[in-house]
Amino acid sequence: MAQIIALKCNKIDNIAVIFSENAQKGNVVSVRDECGNSEELVLSDDIPYGHKVAIKQIDFERPIYKYGESIGVATKIITIGSHVHIHNLDSQRSRGDLLGKE
Amino acid sequence: MNKEPAQFWGYVRANGKVGSRNHLAIIPSVNCANEVAKRICDRIDNSRCFNHHQGCCQLPPDLLQTTRSLIGLGSSPNVGAALIVSLGCEGTDVDLLTSEIAKTGKPVEVINIQDLGGTRNAVSEGILVAQNLSKKISLDRREPVDLSEVIIAIKCGASDSTSGLASNCVIGYMADKMVDLGGTVVFGETTEFIGAEHILAKRAKSTKVASQIFEIVNRMEERAKSLGCDMRKGQPTPGNIEGGLSSIEEKSLGAIVKSGNRLIEGVLEYSEMIDDQKGLWIKDSPGREIELLTGMAITGAQCTLFSTGRGAPQGFPTMPVLKICGNPVTYERMKDDMDVNAGLIITGEKSIEEIGEEVFRKLILTLSGEPTKCELNKYFNSIDIYTLGPVL
Repeated sequence: MAQIIALKCNKIDNIAVIFSENAQKGNVVSVRDECGNSEELVLSDDIPYGHKVAIKQIDFERPIYKYGESIGVATKIITIGSHVHIHNLDSQRSRGDLLGKE
Repeated sequence: MNKEPAQFWGYVRANGKVGSRNHLAIIPSVNCANEVAKRICDRIDNSRCFNHHQGCCQLPPDLLQTTRSLIGLGSSPNVGAALIVSLGCEGTDVDLLTSEIAKTGKPVEVINIQDLGGTRNAVSEGILVAQNLSKKISLDRREPVDLSEVIIAIKCGASDSTSGLASNCVIGYMADKMVDLGGTVVFGETTEFIGAEHILAKRAKSTKVASQIFEIVNRMEERAKSLGCDMRKGQPTPGNIEGGLSSIEEKSLGAIVKSGNRLIEGVLEYSEMIDDQKGLWIKDSPGREIELLTGMAITGAQCTLFSTGRGAPQGFPTMPVLKICGNPVTYERMKDDMDVNAGLIITGEKSIEEIGEEVFRKLILTLSGEPTKCELNKYFNSIDIYTLGPVL
């Protein structure tokens, strides 16, 4: 089977992006960074092409970093190898739904 | 080292501006004139129609925005001559529209549907007037022009996770290159600065420009918030979310990559034309394709470099749009709509610089007259003008 690759954009990132059409729970992923380093982790979810995988544990309400910047916060504890998307990442911007609730 | 072309072949206009196309623009002054404009356009080779939806039942700031936007579209150097189709009772200022476009030195004519006695007469009179205009510009010829005359716009649409890692990086490379060659580069999509505005502000030429960047982002964000929703219900779009983008911050951080690394000279309003300003500029504009591309054509852009991941097929009537696809799977599926395969960066077969140089060569050809995929597919009829307030 072809190796599953994930790209990490910045050294402080706690997620990487999967570029494989068939990344399934239990598969080993090679996480590569811009310097060409790579490390392996095991997926705990099936992850679609172009979606994110946690490469570090992310605690509740802690920032999720991509490109070295916050792209939102965790709505629950996210363990290494988990799929990171709208089910566990909350945006911090343009939240008209929270007006008057803060 | 490969010798780079230092020139492209363009139409040098009476006012010194340079076009990459020589279209006859048929301009309805109001949405109610669209059908007549389209019927005239259908009968004239090389004509392009701006079927928009504004110009009546709007408050003064929007009527002014519509008038100024149509002036910009007609004044674009890609337009050789213009025919304005007026209904007769619109809110746009047709006299101002006509005189401002005429100031560029190109032939301009106006027909009035109500004065001519309705659709049938207006269409037949319009065809005659358009035939004459078309004949007038038929002998315009291209000549070699320095690359510092290039005005390109940049945009991403139907983005996915490959956009921020491949196609937007290629466009960022191109933006830097065109600025370094002395040209003008314009980017927009203010919505997609949300969460990344602090990075753009650091690149602003002055503290005034930095505060303008924060101001336009705040205005866009407050306007969206006033509807009481989570922006994630509309931006990122359902397609972006399916493609792996989880928040507007993530989308923005990937989107601004396409602006490269050069200083940001200033902020243009939506209906503002570029004069002889060089370097990298922001146009305050929404992210949606039709309003964004219209805004860029108003600016005077000769071409738009358009990055996509999921596959956006649309172009613009008078401005070639080059599609640079970051997703290798999409490229294979939609080859006939995509001009450049930046997916080779994701698969590791090519570098950002290699694809960047391919885009550069393609841009020179496009500016010199080679049709883009959108033009070959004739996928360029949707346009619209961004509104500031309600339609009444």
